[in-house]
Amino acid sequence: MAVERRLPTPEAAELLELARELAEKELRPRAAEGERSAAFPRDVFRTIGRAGLLGLPYPERYGGGGQPYEVYLQVVEELAGEWLTVGLGLSVHTLACFPVAEFGTEEQRAELLPGMLGGESLGAYCLSEAHSGSDAAALSTRAEAVAPGAGPDAAGGYRVRGAKSWITHGGVADFYTLFARTGEPGSGAGGISCFHVPASAAGLAADPPEHKMGLNASPTAVVRFDDVAVPAGARIGAEGRGFTVALAALDSGRLGIAAGAVGVAQAALDLAVEHARQRRQFGRPIGEFQGVSFLLADMATQVAAARELYLAAARLRDAGRPFGTRAAMAKLFATDTAMRVTTDAVQVLGGSGYTADLPAERLMREAKVLQIVEGTNQIQRLVIGRDLLRQG
Amino acid sequence: MNIVVLVKQVPDTATERKLRPEDNTLDRAASDGVINELDEYAIEEALLLKEKHGGEVTVLSMGPDQATDSIRKALSMGADKAVHLNDDALHGSDALQTAYALSKALGTLEFDVVVLGSESTDARTGVVGAALAEYLGLPQLTLAGKVDIEGRSIRIQRQTDYGHDVVEAELPAVVSVVEKINEPRYPSFKLIMQAKKKPVQKLTAAEAGIDVAKVGLNSAATEVVDAAAAPPRATGTVIKDEGDGGLKAAEFLAAKKFI
Repeated sequence: MAVERRLPTPEAAELLELARELAEKELRPRAAEGERSAAFPRDVFRTIGRAGLLGLPYPERYGGGGQPYEVYLQVVEELAGEWLTVGLGLSVHTLACFPVAEFGTEEQRAELLPGMLGGESLGAYCLSEAHSGSDAAALSTRAEAVAPGAGPDAAGGYRVRGAKSWITHGGVADFYTLFARTGEPGSGAGGISCFHVPASAAGLAADPPEHKMGLNASPTAVVRFDDVAVPAGARIGAEGRGFTVALAALDSGRLGIAAGAVGVAQAALDLAVEHARQRRQFGRPIGEFQGVSFLLADMATQVAAARELYLAAARLRDAGRPFGTRAAMAKLFATDTAMRVTTDAVQVLGGSGYTADLPAERLMREAKVLQIVEGTNQIQRLVIGRDLLRQG
Repeated sequence: MNIVVLVKQVPDTATERKLRPEDNTLDRAASDGVINELDEYAIEEALLLKEKHGGEVTVLSMGPDQATDSIRKALSMGADKAVHLNDDALHGSDALQTAYALSKALGTLEFDVVVLGSESTDARTGVVGAALAEYLGLPQLTLAGKVDIEGRSIRIQRQTDYGHDVVEAELPAVVSVVEKINEPRYPSFKLIMQAKKKPVQKLTAAEAGIDVAKVGLNSAATEVVDAAAAPPRATGTVIKDEGDGGLKAAEFLAAKKFI
């Protein structure tokens, strides 16, 4: 069912129409088999990249689409509903572009962004480590400064050693946005810096992808940095300011996850409603039983509320207002909603919902990961709770 | 090279399509208008020709106001400009009159090649390309599955039931394409934005030099006198498996000469 959207401009309406067309023609026919075979659909990212979707919320002068988050996120929602591997991949790529776009020097933006946003390139975001997940400031990957003349460039640069875990697009990305420790071990949040590292860098390699519960076509892998030489010019933002960059990026990234979750939930709702109309038991469509229709009503209400919450957070962001707490609320509510709604959709579909013949069970498996990534929902509650008590 | 691509807006095949009871012409208000599917292949081929040989791609569309949407779509795929032939006098024109009107509109343009889809999904006469070439006095290269241009020479593969013919002509020429020819590109968001700034020239029948006595419902050479909906598809044969289901299925297929 097409979602009725209020979009700020006619061009945004045309963009959503294009996204819808791409979702239906390029994603829908391939999602089930793509997930079964766990093959990363690089060509689909090229197709959406050529259509201009891989740089939407960044300025046009750097090759972006110049769109507000309010619009970009609805594109994520449309793609995620057909195939989360692509919708989430778009969100992760956009997140990986954020540090250069927001914290890069004018020179770095002009040099790097056109390639990153142009559609042919795909990014990955390397923050988590095996022993540093929710406690991101505890990361231990080292970026050791090299004396001028001895390093990769005249200014010295860095040598990076360590391993990053749970990296979406690990092994298939064209560039890695890396957070590594430039301070002494134990220097905490203040000892972290951000770097832009091309996939071609010597010493950078990804392990085979993890075997996951869902989202199997999207590779999640350990990315190893084995004495990787990184020029000083590839550091994004000041030395030691990387954690601020990471948190700012995550505030925006969370909105992408919220939008993706709403797409997944909407797809599950649509399946359940269609089934409730078609499936007849005791002489009538099962949707005529209150036990089913009330369930559908609750699902639809939650999906609509989740959509409005991420849009409200996006509009705050677009207006230049603080939006981090609202983004955490949107991520928390939308992903919990996706989990509940996809589970209920499988229930409405009964036995057929539990088979792989229909996408309901896949959506349910996909929903789970959204409660974990870009900050677990426990971390979202922490963010919201802290903000409440700070204001008192 | 100047390339003109013909674009027609048709009712969306995914929606219910209706004729107006008063004159058996298409009820355009009853369904969403979309670009004729084969025209997307024509646009793609025009863009490929431009990418290879340079020049400009001009969209020409005949239709009412709402055809603007299909013109925009063609421009957002990458065409450079458009001409919209729009006149109430043209309402109800049949395939021959449409070819005549388009030939007059093309008379106002400079072109080396005209590319169009081999048929539309609404009327499906499939004759406009041939009739247009006759009106223009130009070679007709129809049902093209491949197009090559070298200098002033154009060569196509005409798709047939038994394979293909190779047909050659001198430019200017009219080429109609089949869907085998290419894979149409999607519009890009940037081109969608640029499309708004591309020129769309409005053309009336008089401006095109069309004799209005020769077009429209009243002077059409053909008339739709009646229309009937296709009968619903008959329900299939149900075989109940009582241990001999496989045998019965095989007998059914044998009776239909499938096996």
